Amino acid sequence: MLHIVVCVKQVPDSREIRIDPKTNTLIRQGVPAIVNYFDLNGLEEALSLKDRFGARVTVVSMGPPSADKALKQCVSMGADEGVLVSDRAFAGADTLATSYVIALTVQKVEEVWGPVDMVFCGKQTLDGDTGQVGPGVACRLDLEQLTYVEKIEQLDEKRREIVVHRHLEDGIERVKAKLPVLMTAVAELNKPRRASLPGVLRAAEYKPIVWTTNDFANLDRAQIGLKGSPTIVGKTWVPEQKKIDTQMIGLDKGIESAATDLIGQLFSTELPAKLGWA
Amino acid sequence: MADAHFNAIVVGAGPAGSAAALTMAEAGLKVALIERGEFPGAKNVFGGVLYRKQIEDLIPEFWKEAPLERAIVEQRMWLLGNDSVAKFGHRNERYLDPPNCWTGLRVKFDQWFAGKAEKAGALPIYETVVTELIRENGRVVGVRTDREDGDLRADVVIVADGVNSLLGKALGAHQEWMPDQVSLAVKEMIALPKEKIQDRFNLEGDEGCTIEFIGQTAGMAGLGFLYTNQDTLSLGVGVMVSDLKKHHIKPYEVLDSIKQHPMIRRLIQGGEVKEYSGHLIPEGGFDALPPLSGDGWMLVGDAAQMVNAVHREGTNLAMLSGRLAGLTAIKAHQQGSFSAGMLKSYDDTIRASIVFKDLKKYRGMHSLMRDVDSELLFNKLPQALNDAVYQMLLVDGVTKKEKQKSAIKLLRSVAGGNMDLLRLGLKGWRAMNG
Repeated sequence: MLHIVVCVKQVPDSREIRIDPKTNTLIRQGVPAIVNYFDLNGLEEALSLKDRFGARVTVVSMGPPSADKALKQCVSMGADEGVLVSDRAFAGADTLATSYVIALTVQKVEEVWGPVDMVFCGKQTLDGDTGQVGPGVACRLDLEQLTYVEKIEQLDEKRREIVVHRHLEDGIERVKAKLPVLMTAVAELNKPRRASLPGVLRAAEYKPIVWTTNDFANLDRAQIGLKGSPTIVGKTWVPEQKKIDTQMIGLDKGIESAATDLIGQLFSTELPAKLGWA
Repeated sequence: MADAHFNAIVVGAGPAGSAAALTMAEAGLKVALIERGEFPGAKNVFGGVLYRKQIEDLIPEFWKEAPLERAIVEQRMWLLGNDSVAKFGHRNERYLDPPNCWTGLRVKFDQWFAGKAEKAGALPIYETVVTELIRENGRVVGVRTDREDGDLRADVVIVADGVNSLLGKALGAHQEWMPDQVSLAVKEMIALPKEKIQDRFNLEGDEGCTIEFIGQTAGMAGLGFLYTNQDTLSLGVGVMVSDLKKHHIKPYEVLDSIKQHPMIRRLIQGGEVKEYSGHLIPEGGFDALPPLSGDGWMLVGDAAQMVNAVHREGTNLAMLSGRLAGLTAIKAHQQGSFSAGMLKSYDDTIRASIVFKDLKKYRGMHSLMRDVDSELLFNKLPQALNDAVYQMLLVDGVTKKEKQKSAIKLLRSVAGGNMDLLRLGLKGWRAMNG
């Protein structure tokens, strides 16, 4: 049976995020915590593979004890187990330290529940937006790396081959890879399901497994938390909103004339040259 | 779901539902608490006053941990004229220890309160809508939810789904409410620095103040309120739906014009509107109380229209009814029967409680509001009273005897003559005294 690991992060709901105008940092207080959207796309794909092929789905997350709510949500949707990696020593991690801990966690998941065939991550988080943790984990575990996956075209369990579509800026890339792979999910991949009532009931009584630093035998303490994070934030600021001139083009001369007018105006700017159209 | 059987399902995690769930879970019953909002409190609105007594009966000394805003030491009643106000009020240090009531915010309080039920063992099922009650042989045996495989069964279902109670209607327990039985309240949360609030309302530390006001509601039956929270004010107005319908006025238009009133404007000046909400308030009173229980079900809180509009009490009555329903379920569980006859004892305890007795005292209030011209009660009389007070206090060479005479004359003419004034007074007295 397939074994799929899904990495999730609990993040402040970006719909309700405000920025402190004095310190230019996120005001996290009072903002509801949710599972990072793209991680849910990863989970949904894992669950639909489980529905089709049969699979064991293990969800892992690193975060404070309150992140167990995120794992319970994943269990309510159909994940088999949720592991929360939580320890004060992990706090303050950048993407390098985070990918180190998540990679160790995936290895430990393999020790406990058997070999992993696929790892899903979201393409990026809503609060960090870097998109580095997924690829970082793939590198550390030496997994085939498939980022920005918008469709799984085919999965051949016997040949251990997967064909996916990658969502790139200038088109779609169709890639075939050998398992085990790490995929990062984009929103186009699927629509995350709503938990069934039995799922909600199971989650309400479910206690996620918690691993602390003591649970990892060969943990290098120099590589975790603030100590293991070389990233330095030089400056943060809120971009000023650009004022855009809006001009209404009337349709009184007909749609074709309006379209010609629009194209004319577009080509009078620098944009087509920048895009390589002209 | 064949394997999940609950002793009780509570539909709605507001004050009534959570009180019921907490009471039953503490007694060891297996309870499911279903809430349609993302979390308890997400969909709830109230003016903002929480009373000690009924919460204390559930959670002793709760105020040491509950998210409360300010302890009310002063209550003011204002009668607004066009550009004036006549005030009554009471302030007392004795309201501080122990506190009588607090201002609160439902989003915080309901979450905390439902959390108490969860900690006691009630199973939270949130973001889930109960679409119907499952009935077998005329008996309620569970609920159907909007989730996949969404049926859940229990010995008893406690219906706490609020003023619009779709389940209560499905049970035939209450009819579609009439426009004169509900008020539509709209409320704004206005942020102001703590110090400003304390200065403007003459408060120290966590002391709070409430103001209710009558008048300036465009001649419609309504009550305005302005409550102090830690660093916000709750300003709102509730207007009888039948009047809104008659006058074709939208409730927020009333609120907007009240915000411009010179007596209100100065209190909210410089504040930033943080939140806007609206909700129905059941105000049918005693005569609108539906049957409260039946075979396998009980009805609590707003779903049972338990609001004392005169004293703006609702959440406390909701909690009391929830607790009494919970206690009945515990008794029924011990005796192994959830029949209509058994659950009838919930009706009896309500009848013996303050809910029933207080609502009975103000029984006539609803018909008074319905029958007496709103324009007279909520505009002409407050205005006339303001004018009369103005004249009494104005020193302009007219004798006090003359002034008194003309003040009475003014009130009398507004009410439509001596007999009408007397009749109105009598009606009012009766409405307040069952």
